[in-house]
Amino acid sequence: MPHIIYSAWGSTCPAARPPGSVNNSCKYSDAPAEGHGAPGPSLEQDVLLPPTFSVSEIKNKQRHHYMFLKLKQDRRREKLALKKKRKKERVALGDKAPPKPVPKTIENQREHDETTETDEFAPYFNKQTTPKILITTSDRPRGRTVKFTEQLSSIIPNSQVYYRRGLALKKIIPQCIARDFTDLIVLNEDRKVPNGLILSHLPDGPTAHFKMSNVRLRKEMKRKGKDPTEHQPEVILNNFTTRLGHSIGRMFASLVPHEPQFTGRQVATFHNQWDYIFFRFHRYLFKSEKRVGIQELGPRFTLKLRSLQKGTFDSKYGEYEWVHKRHEMDTSRRKFHL
Amino acid sequence: MAAPVRNHVWVGTETGILKGINLVKKQAANYTDVSSVTRDQEVNAMCWGDPQESEILMGCKDGTVKVYSAEKSKFTEFHDCRGGEGVFRGLGVVDNAIITCVESGLLKVWQEGASDSLELQVGAGVQKMRHCDAHRQKVGTGGKENDLKIWDLQKPEEPIFRAKNLRNDWLDLRVPVWIRDLDFIPDSDKIVTCTSYHQIRVYDPSSPQRRPVLEAMYGEDPLTALSITPDGRSVVVGNSHGNIAVIDLRKGSVLCTLKGCAGSPRSIQCHKSMPLVASCGLDRFLRVHHLNDKELLHKVYLKSRLNSLLLTSRDKWEEEERVAPVDQDVKDEEDEVWDGMETVEEKTATKRQAVTREPDADGVVKVPSSKKQKKKKKVA
Repeated sequence: MPHIIYSAWGSTCPAARPPGSVNNSCKYSDAPAEGHGAPGPSLEQDVLLPPTFSVSEIKNKQRHHYMFLKLKQDRRREKLALKKKRKKERVALGDKAPPKPVPKTIENQREHDETTETDEFAPYFNKQTTPKILITTSDRPRGRTVKFTEQLSSIIPNSQVYYRRGLALKKIIPQCIARDFTDLIVLNEDRKVPNGLILSHLPDGPTAHFKMSNVRLRKEMKRKGKDPTEHQPEVILNNFTTRLGHSIGRMFASLVPHEPQFTGRQVATFHNQWDYIFFRFHRYLFKSEKRVGIQELGPRFTLKLRSLQKGTFDSKYGEYEWVHKRHEMDTSRRKFHL
Repeated sequence: MAAPVRNHVWVGTETGILKGINLVKKQAANYTDVSSVTRDQEVNAMCWGDPQESEILMGCKDGTVKVYSAEKSKFTEFHDCRGGEGVFRGLGVVDNAIITCVESGLLKVWQEGASDSLELQVGAGVQKMRHCDAHRQKVGTGGKENDLKIWDLQKPEEPIFRAKNLRNDWLDLRVPVWIRDLDFIPDSDKIVTCTSYHQIRVYDPSSPQRRPVLEAMYGEDPLTALSITPDGRSVVVGNSHGNIAVIDLRKGSVLCTLKGCAGSPRSIQCHKSMPLVASCGLDRFLRVHHLNDKELLHKVYLKSRLNSLLLTSRDKWEEEERVAPVDQDVKDEEDEVWDGMETVEEKTATKRQAVTREPDADGVVKVPSSKKQKKKKKVA
């Protein structure tokens, strides 16, 4: 008895019917195909048509359950067979096989949003580029600055330290672009003390000029941890609220690769308070569900934004998006720009 | 949006959006469909389409010129004005024809309907093309290593004035040329230019001297934009560090500086009659300063970098917002001064009637109206 019902179901869904199941109902299964093909079927043919059938119409609960399981099994079997067949074809084709289709996800089918940021950092945040950073200094750096550049490059993944060798920045930048660097960091030194930092995003800017102070190297830190590992750190950007702050924050964020390696438990913090940006580098440890321990790894320094320039470094003929003018802007103690 | 838009300032942005700002009502709105624009449609140049200032022309980076009608409050025409290389450096309108000039130095006059357009090569590296308001056939061009030239569009073979570079300096080296902006001084032939080498120069084509008749320096940074004040005696210049100064054109001295700018201004424009100056630029703010008392009257944050700006030449800003037609009649009777402006009055009157159907303007805004009116009377 179940066999007959099964074949009746097969007539409605010819694709799902296993091949070789020939029985009485086959006659019926052919009839509707003709009926659909020929326009205006006669009354007699209509009478011959089997009643349309689907699992959901079965009233008997046990029967319905049984049939439904059967249907699912069949579908699965078919799917696996198709998969096997495709795989076989791929192996047969070898290198000539067409590329695998990209699976559809909610992420990659995201609807267009007109407010998506389209600034110079968009390629980084759209995961089209990975940061590659060149760190250099002003000409003839002395002890502390040299050490600082080394420690900075140990923190920033995929960064390289180069000696300046008296080269002009405007000459370095085209070479950097040709070698696919995405950022350029230049440390300035005055009387052996690092006092300035130029951060330039490549290839089309912007360029930020910071005043740097309170540099403390790893060696000078109290209760410091062991040297940082080569894991990609997490980045925390605190309190960058204004439009200008956002662009500066995006600039810092784009120094470090997108996916942090959480196993390293290392975190770089850019904390903005009163327009001073405090940099700290920590390792953390979850001691229990409630307690977390942090250990500073160093170095630490403080930055203050002097200017933001559109385009790559061109201090003479470049156009400035924002320049800090102390006498004009710092009229109120409660006004902050970042 | 059915009523005609009465904005005081129109701004074109780097993202390709046209923004209109009503300074009295303190409203700003986007007039471009934000979802459709891309960064290729960056607005590089703007100008008025007609003397009544009801149409706005926008030159975009992709080589199209869009026409926005303020009365119909929509974009009415799109002209494909591609040609040459680089972005638009200037735009103008003369007798229904559009003048465009691109960076590579190709100046074109696009007659409506006609296929053949007047083409002119003004030299490479153009930074600015300015159309003269008084003589509609006159345009001035200048740029990097491309000194000032003035052209008559009727005689396009040769420029009517070609500036001569300064004499070599004390080391006998050639003085470099890099004009960033220029403007025609009203009621005279003279032209003012500003350069990347922070010079402000005045040229006088009516005199036999082809070198500048006056040179002034301001600051140490490249000057990016300039505009001549309504009286024609001084010029407002802005530099790349965001310093804006008013410079006297007779002595070349700094009269005053206008404070408050944080980034490089891209466009500065003075009002035709009132002592107002509007500036916009990379710091995303539109600022309106009073020229005489240096006060910052308006500061509007417009979200994207602003490339060009158009300031209306209408005056009596508050009145047009909330004058009922009845008051209008009374005023006409009592004041004979306005008779000379009949045509304009009628036009505005009809518009005002349309406006009055809407609820009246809200808050009272302090634009120094009393001063202006007094001035008007004195002039009359």
